[in-house]
Amino acid sequence: MLKVQSFRWWIWLMYGGLILYAIVTFIPFLWALSASFKPLSEISAGGTNFIPQEFTLENYRQIFLQEPLFGRWLFNSAIVAIFVTLFNLLFNSMAGYALARIRFPGNGLLFFLILAVLVVPAQITLLPRFLILKSLGWLNSYQGLIVPTMVNATFIFMMRQFFINFPKELEEAAQLDGLNRFETFFQIVLPLAKPALAAQTIFIFMSSWNEFLLPLVVMSNPEMFTLPIGLNAFKGQYVTFWNYIMAASMVFTLPALVIYAFFNRYFIQGVTFTGGKS
Amino acid sequence: MILKQKLRDTLSGYGFMTPAIIILGVFLAVPVIYAIVLSFYRVQLLGEVDFRFAGLRNFIRIQDDERVWIALSNTIQYVLIVVPCQTILALILALLLNAKIRGRSWFRVAFFLPTVTSSAVLTLIFMWIYNSNGLLNNFLRFVRLPTYNWLGDPEVALKGIMLMNIWATAPLFMVIYLAALQDIPESLYEAASIDGATTWEKFWCITLPFLKPVTFFVITIGIIGTFQLFDQSYIFSNGSGGPDNSTLTIVLLIYQYAFNRLDMGYALALTLILALTIMIATLIQRYFFKEESLD
Repeated sequence: MLKVQSFRWWIWLMYGGLILYAIVTFIPFLWALSASFKPLSEISAGGTNFIPQEFTLENYRQIFLQEPLFGRWLFNSAIVAIFVTLFNLLFNSMAGYALARIRFPGNGLLFFLILAVLVVPAQITLLPRFLILKSLGWLNSYQGLIVPTMVNATFIFMMRQFFINFPKELEEAAQLDGLNRFETFFQIVLPLAKPALAAQTIFIFMSSWNEFLLPLVVMSNPEMFTLPIGLNAFKGQYVTFWNYIMAASMVFTLPALVIYAFFNRYFIQGVTFTGGKS
Repeated sequence: MILKQKLRDTLSGYGFMTPAIIILGVFLAVPVIYAIVLSFYRVQLLGEVDFRFAGLRNFIRIQDDERVWIALSNTIQYVLIVVPCQTILALILALLLNAKIRGRSWFRVAFFLPTVTSSAVLTLIFMWIYNSNGLLNNFLRFVRLPTYNWLGDPEVALKGIMLMNIWATAPLFMVIYLAALQDIPESLYEAASIDGATTWEKFWCITLPFLKPVTFFVITIGIIGTFQLFDQSYIFSNGSGGPDNSTLTIVLLIYQYAFNRLDMGYALALTLILALTIMIATLIQRYFFKEESLD
């Protein structure tokens, strides 16, 4: 009897903790969302109301229609994130597949080099990358952001692990049917790698969409800013216009949320995978 | 025939690897070598890029640069507070969610919201909450506590960023812990129950030792991530590292030297120091973990 009671007590404590933490997680977002629908006067007056007294869509109208660059930044971010994601999916899978499945001289050495790349701290490459992009004439260009991040060693490694556990029979059957390596890869292997590709999509898209330092360094022309950089410039321009800033922040967050909701299942799996289930 | 097959494999192998070799070579291997070499040069960025050999001068300069020491001490303080806090919070959340209770998956998705949101948006939202007329001060006013200028005080500015980052990063590590918790064989707990172990003893003698490799991973990733703090400080202080250098981090300082003062060689020397610091920190960490696993 006593045991059942203490059990209940624990359950309540757990729920309490979880709900409290959920509230702590949601409050900043709810507060920002509600501000994006409030007129500035209501925001400056202060108050802790989460439901706008005077609901307005004016802030959104303003950033899209009166801010000529906002739409451009959204477009830039989308172009960069989409292309970076597509190239990564293709190139990381190709490299991972070769390392896992094809016997060729240098295979082992290349795999070792990929592992070595994983431990290089990222910032060490930032300034030299800038100098290389500058000499290529790629500053303020889409390729300046896309090309250096088209391949990711972490996901080459991940794809290799994935393909190593992949049933060999299908490929052998394909080869007997007269398909060469490239045909086998694109027609048989890649379509079956969907879960791994989905996990990769979410990670690569998010990090490209949210990346701040690289676009800050590469883009100096306001027309070429991506959204995070634009948003920050926006802040400088409208120091007190929290209504516009919050509306812009919400527009920026939405695509990432949609991608996350769509691939959520694979996201958790992907984290599990990189979480070193050794 | 076999020779032909071998040749074909070699060709297709390198064919598949070519994009990775080119991109990682040009934008990773070359930059690392470039960074090491150029840190011994004075690099003039204005107009044509111009290099002049400077020997160890860039490294000697670091000694007398007061802002380097401020940035280093801010960053180390940040790492020492944020990494343990986010690790422990992640572990607690994972333990709570690992219990078989209703709505688990819902909580898991809910907690993830900050991890999905960009650092730029999070920083702006938090700046607004910390703002003199923001949610935090409104709340304090509501419960009749004194309000405060959170953004302007050098004493609390960095702590505000710390708080935000612990909150935003813990859920990611929570998921990693959750995955590891699911790998602990149920039979171990059953055996312990038969021996009469309490919940606390089970946690201490089964769960924690089992989680050691994951904790090592979480702390390593945490250290690397926190040493790289840039976005939040940059947005928070408009790139200055203020108020009064209180949010100046190493990466922000590197950025300032490279792009505001156009002093690339010195910035690269600082980069090497940062890389070295990160490596030493992870080595120290590994040492402590090895020590513990002996008993």
